[in-house]
Amino acid sequence: MIIDHPLLGPRDANEFVYLGDANLINRPDWTEKDADKQFYEYLYLRDNPSGYHRELWYHEQGDRSWLIVTRNTSTHEIKQVELAKDYHLEKSKSK
Amino acid sequence: MNELKPLANQESKSRFLNDQKNRLKTGQIINNKTMSFKFNGAKLNGFEGDTLASALLANDQVLVGRSFKYHRPRGIFSSGTEEPNALVSLGSDEFQEPNTKATTIKLFDGLTAKSQNHRGPLAFDFMAATDFLHPFLSAGFYYKTFMWPKSFWEKLYEPIIRSAAGLGALSGKPDPSSYDKGFLHCDILIIGAGPSGLAAALEAGRSKLKVILADDDFLLGGRLNSEKFFINNQSSDEWAKNAVAEIMQMSNVRIMQRTSIYGSFDHGIFGGLEIKYDHFKHNHKKPRQVLWKIYSKFSILSSGATERSIAFGNNDRPGIMLAGSIREYINRWSVCPGKNVVVFTNNDDGWRTVSDLKSNNIKVSAVIDVRKETTFHDKEMPVYTGTSIVDTSGRLRISSVTLSTGEKIPCDCLAVSGGWNPNVHLTCHQRGKPVWNDALNAFLPNNIPKTMKVAGATDGLLQLGEALKSGHLKAKEITELLGKKDSKSSAPSADNESVKNTSFWHVSESKKRCWVDLQNDVTTKDIKISFMEGFKSVEHLKRYSTLGMATDQGKTSNILGLAILAELSGKTIPETGTTIFRPPYTPVPIGAFAGRSRGKDFRPTRLTPSHNFAKNLSAVFVETGMWMRAQWYPKENESHWRQSVDREVLQTRSSVGICDVTTLGKIDIQGADSAEFLNKVYVNGFGRLPVGKVRYGLMLREDGIVMDDGTTARLDLNHFVMTTTTANAVGVFRHLEFCRQCLWPDLDVHLISSTEQWAQIAVAGPNSRKLLEKIVDKDHDLSNEALPYMGCKEITVCNKIPSRLFRISFSGELAYEIAVPTRYGNSLFEILMQAGEEFNVTPYGTEALGVMRVEKGHAAGNELTGQTTAQNLGLEKMMSKQKDYIGNVLSKRVELNRDNKIILMGFKPVDKSIELLAGSHFISKGKTACTDNDEGWMSSVAFSPILNHSIGLGFIRNGSNRIGEIVTAVDLLRNKQIDVEIVSPHFVDPEGEKLRA
Amino acid sequence: MKYSLLKIIKEGITGNKNWRPIWRDPEPKKSYDIVIIGGGGHGLSTAYYLSNLYGLNDVAVIEKGWIGSGNVGRNTTIIRSNYMLPGNEPFYELSMKLWEGLEQDFNYNAMISQRGILNLCHSDAQRDAFARRGNAMKLAGADAELLDEDGVRQVCPFLDFENARFPIKGGLAQKRGGTVRHDAVAWGYARGADNKGVDIIQNCEVTGFKIDNGVCRGVETSAGFIKANKVASCVAGSSSKVMGFAGMRLPIESHVLQAFVSEGLKPILPGVITFGAGHFYVSQSDKGGLVFGGDIDGYNSYAQRGNLPVVEDVCEGGMAIMPMIGRSRLLRIWGGIMDMSMDGSPFIDKTDIKGLYFNGGWCYGGFKATPASGLCYAHLLATDEPHEVATEFRLDRFINGNMIDEKGVGAQPNLH
Repeated sequence: MIIDHPLLGPRDANEFVYLGDANLINRPDWTEKDADKQFYEYLYLRDNPSGYHRELWYHEQGDRSWLIVTRNTSTHEIKQVELAKDYHLEKSKSK
Repeated sequence: MNELKPLANQESKSRFLNDQKNRLKTGQIINNKTMSFKFNGAKLNGFEGDTLASALLANDQVLVGRSFKYHRPRGIFSSGTEEPNALVSLGSDEFQEPNTKATTIKLFDGLTAKSQNHRGPLAFDFMAATDFLHPFLSAGFYYKTFMWPKSFWEKLYEPIIRSAAGLGALSGKPDPSSYDKGFLHCDILIIGAGPSGLAAALEAGRSKLKVILADDDFLLGGRLNSEKFFINNQSSDEWAKNAVAEIMQMSNVRIMQRTSIYGSFDHGIFGGLEIKYDHFKHNHKKPRQVLWKIYSKFSILSSGATERSIAFGNNDRPGIMLAGSIREYINRWSVCPGKNVVVFTNNDDGWRTVSDLKSNNIKVSAVIDVRKETTFHDKEMPVYTGTSIVDTSGRLRISSVTLSTGEKIPCDCLAVSGGWNPNVHLTCHQRGKPVWNDALNAFLPNNIPKTMKVAGATDGLLQLGEALKSGHLKAKEITELLGKKDSKSSAPSADNESVKNTSFWHVSESKKRCWVDLQNDVTTKDIKISFMEGFKSVEHLKRYSTLGMATDQGKTSNILGLAILAELSGKTIPETGTTIFRPPYTPVPIGAFAGRSRGKDFRPTRLTPSHNFAKNLSAVFVETGMWMRAQWYPKENESHWRQSVDREVLQTRSSVGICDVTTLGKIDIQGADSAEFLNKVYVNGFGRLPVGKVRYGLMLREDGIVMDDGTTARLDLNHFVMTTTTANAVGVFRHLEFCRQCLWPDLDVHLISSTEQWAQIAVAGPNSRKLLEKIVDKDHDLSNEALPYMGCKEITVCNKIPSRLFRISFSGELAYEIAVPTRYGNSLFEILMQAGEEFNVTPYGTEALGVMRVEKGHAAGNELTGQTTAQNLGLEKMMSKQKDYIGNVLSKRVELNRDNKIILMGFKPVDKSIELLAGSHFISKGKTACTDNDEGWMSSVAFSPILNHSIGLGFIRNGSNRIGEIVTAVDLLRNKQIDVEIVSPHFVDPEGEKLRA
Repeated sequence: MKYSLLKIIKEGITGNKNWRPIWRDPEPKKSYDIVIIGGGGHGLSTAYYLSNLYGLNDVAVIEKGWIGSGNVGRNTTIIRSNYMLPGNEPFYELSMKLWEGLEQDFNYNAMISQRGILNLCHSDAQRDAFARRGNAMKLAGADAELLDEDGVRQVCPFLDFENARFPIKGGLAQKRGGTVRHDAVAWGYARGADNKGVDIIQNCEVTGFKIDNGVCRGVETSAGFIKANKVASCVAGSSSKVMGFAGMRLPIESHVLQAFVSEGLKPILPGVITFGAGHFYVSQSDKGGLVFGGDIDGYNSYAQRGNLPVVEDVCEGGMAIMPMIGRSRLLRIWGGIMDMSMDGSPFIDKTDIKGLYFNGGWCYGGFKATPASGLCYAHLLATDEPHEVATEFRLDRFINGNMIDEKGVGAQPNLH
């Protein structure tokens, strides 16, 4: 596979390390009443869709960016690649 | 001694020609260099440009192998990668290469080949007896028997089956050849240099695209070399030669001959295998084969089509061949496989074989066309229309055919044409499913990868004129998609040959066995039986009957099998199913996939900065992940490793020792929020760590299990240096980057790994301060007051070399770790050794390091298994309640906090003379050894030279409340039951007085 | 129809005309006591043990494609019971015992071949971990042997003892481990279940559940609604899809695992050999092909195919440990979709929806578990209590923190 890195252009997926569902960036708040349940769901449960999946890839053999890749798990087609950090900051701005 | 004299050129050539019984006297090839080779020990001759198969046929060697199951005599069937029969073992000894298709081997001088899968000579295979048992050996027979008595399967049945199975043999010796890997990028990869591929390459090349043209053959042109066609008024082989010559001149086109594109992967990535050398004894430093990874923007699949057979009685005899292959043998290699040929066809194509045979004055005894009506006629030979072949005879070579009319016609070669299958394989590798085309009676590519286009016969355009046009057109389309100007040249033009065909698959009136899969011996009857037993889907049929599972991957048999299955179920072929093809298109040597990653080069090797020093002292090295570390430093009088290790420990504990600990991960952390960041990733607090101090930190995964531990030093207000364990250096850094970028991107913190930038040396033992004082520049005070336990300092050593000094201890002694830029590491090690002479300093290796850490009760790799919590390690108190940290919430889960959870403890043998065993399990005294009574395990053991007995660390339930209890360490593997006392894990200096001295 | 040598001879002499389908091809009834979703190895073995051991035969197995076309038909055929943790080892040892009597039990030769499995180790720490594991196996009644370098050399003289990047220091062997003809397992169980009246319904896809007030009443399928008292999902690889119809999110990701077979070769390997440090394991089939594999590709996928990096990685591992295989050719690569769970261990459990049961999360180790998985699932379906060797395979174990993590890599499925 080839991942089109937002800063570095197309790179072989072999340069990256895969983590999983991009929801892992939404770490719950430990002070919430049901934090234990939230953390359980956050860490262990997955949508695991057949189709588009937002997922985290780390450019370990490159610039060490964490990327959010939107990829179809049935065809492996990649629709979008974002820097996780940018996405996160954007999101917290809009809050 | 008589001098050897070569024969005059002309004389030798004619002699070679005479030796080659089936070589025609005209054609390009006979002007080439002659070559000699051996088949089953017999010396034979051929020409440069031959394949092994064409040379064997030229020498009238029709019988070349035996089939898999029935050991039936078999001959060369085809002329390419689809070959099911002609598998040979090439070379001998460590060069032996089993299961090689004779049809794809370029002949070279000195080639040796052996036939396979027979006991006794090829012509008299004792295993052929199985053929007489065929009524009992039909599809799936082995699932129904060999079950009684039970023990006979492994002792008797299976060994017999196994030894009968398999085709060629490996030598059992390491592969002596080398293989290489390469990477290529292009605008278009054109796969196959036949008519459409060449037309595409010409057009794309002229349009200045970056093109790769790959073909598995050593001669480009595909069927243009095997047919007598005309393009732009040139003979087709001439045209191909000229086209290749033009392409060769283009600097933007790379031609890759002998390169099989074996697989199509995601996003335009293709795998190719290039054959560089076949010769057995070429220079081994040069690669035998190169595995290419090709990154393409677009691709054109122009891989042609493969002829299929027809199933009829005894259709597997040597001398029965595909009609199209016979044309190739005649036209390309000037070889006629017989003197008296019968042609059997269900389509117009077979008739072209008739005309090529005739034009070379080869006798055609009969043409049998299953169609009632055909446009072809030939008055010079008997033509049977609406007729088929029901049987053949001839044991080692076909001698006659019997027609459905009952008539018997003698022959020594039978050409069979059952129509053509487009080579859609590469369109299936990403799960594309081909669709059936009724007009062609074949599957055509469907849902192909986005950037792939299909041209020529692969796209069902079997006629030459159409194929050329389509190649040209697809190249133009891609040129446009890439936004380049096309060359304005027109497609090469040629006539369209007649390609009418019928859906005739097998001769149903045959009473004899009709083969579908020649290599695996699957007959129409096997398909019928499979169907009868309920294996009605293609997938079931394949698996039950083994159809299409042989080394030819069913290239000539799959569709035939599917058609017969469809007929049995009364459905159409598309209703019955599709067979989809998996990579690789042609088998690829495992050695080529491995490339240079073998032996010592299997994985990179990392050397510590003091490697040379250690090597000069004859240290024994050990693999620690990718690192090579000194394990111990034997002295001349020491014959056992324990002597060296005990000495290193005692010397260190009594005076001073030094050890290279560079392999520990080092992460440089800077930024205004560094302290807060550390607070979030460690269970304990780092916010209030003063500058110039070091703290031990414990890091959890989010699931509350220990990820890693290490020390982190605060060099400045906003500057920390973290150390990780050697094993987790990469993983921890990745985790921290995740935390930084994905969890808390608004924190001002930056990370860089500095593992490779700093050489770090542990200096441990009561004299460590004295030793360091000798090398540290004078203006730095190392006294206990100036640099207390857990202090750190940026200093200079050996006259202004920048250095970092940490007063930390893994051994439990007064100890330091000193870091200098990596390039000074080896030198610093040497200087410490020289300066330490007066203290009897010793270098120590990982073993002594390990002994001292067990004595001190530190957890290491054997304890940090990814299954243990801080609670298990007895470090519960470190877990802050004041703040959040990774793993905080989930570490509180009930099962991780049960009263009888396992706790890391120390263990002493009751009988001090006994050596403890790591991996033994703890069972309470008097209980039976079984899973239910398993209370934990011994994780690490060491011989403590200080205590003079074996000690261990281990996990045991509720351990902290059981100090003093005797339990049994049971080792069923090594038959030992050792009584051990549960003790504190801190065997040495439990109060830590030495550390603070 | 009972299979035997005599039967084969009789049929052979009379022209092989009387063979009968080994399972019927029935139309689905409107209602069953138990509907099993998934005609793979585990679904079929569940049906087999329900009907043969628990006397329940009002059972249907519904399969979206052809039976055995999932992972039971696309694995590397290895059986073993060399697990370490108490939550696993007794279960896999039961499975091994069931394998040992299976062929006589269901009268079908699945070519169970106990020629041994050998895990190689390359460091003292690995040897210690193997000792811990081997002892755990023996405590559970399984067989295990710890070999030193010479011991390994005796069984596998062809390994690279001279020039390996990671020298072979020894190994953990289980002699009862081995291989099985994988497709035959599906067919044998199907035949055995069908004989007892279980309906095996192929080409029938589940499209939803009918759930009223937290009670599952049956399944919606491409062939219409089928009522059932109990519905048992058994679709590893597609678990998230199917359980998603019931609104459940699972601690599972779907990943692709590639497997490989070489061209047929005369016998050269003694049994199964695994090279953990190099991500490579291999055995030789009765037909002669080297059957081998390594790591999963590592990204979520439902595509039943993989990519080149893993192919190269696996072959590198092979060449590193047994360089004699360089000139044998890789014939076929295929991919299967794995239910990768959050701790690498499976689930056999009830769900919060009454009447809906779940079996999945087998990672890439489901094949060897086929008999015990079927037996334990059948036990759960028949008695509503977990079988004694499968008590820890619960869906809620992550809430409690009772993970069964053999590899110790935590909640990251692609590392298990």
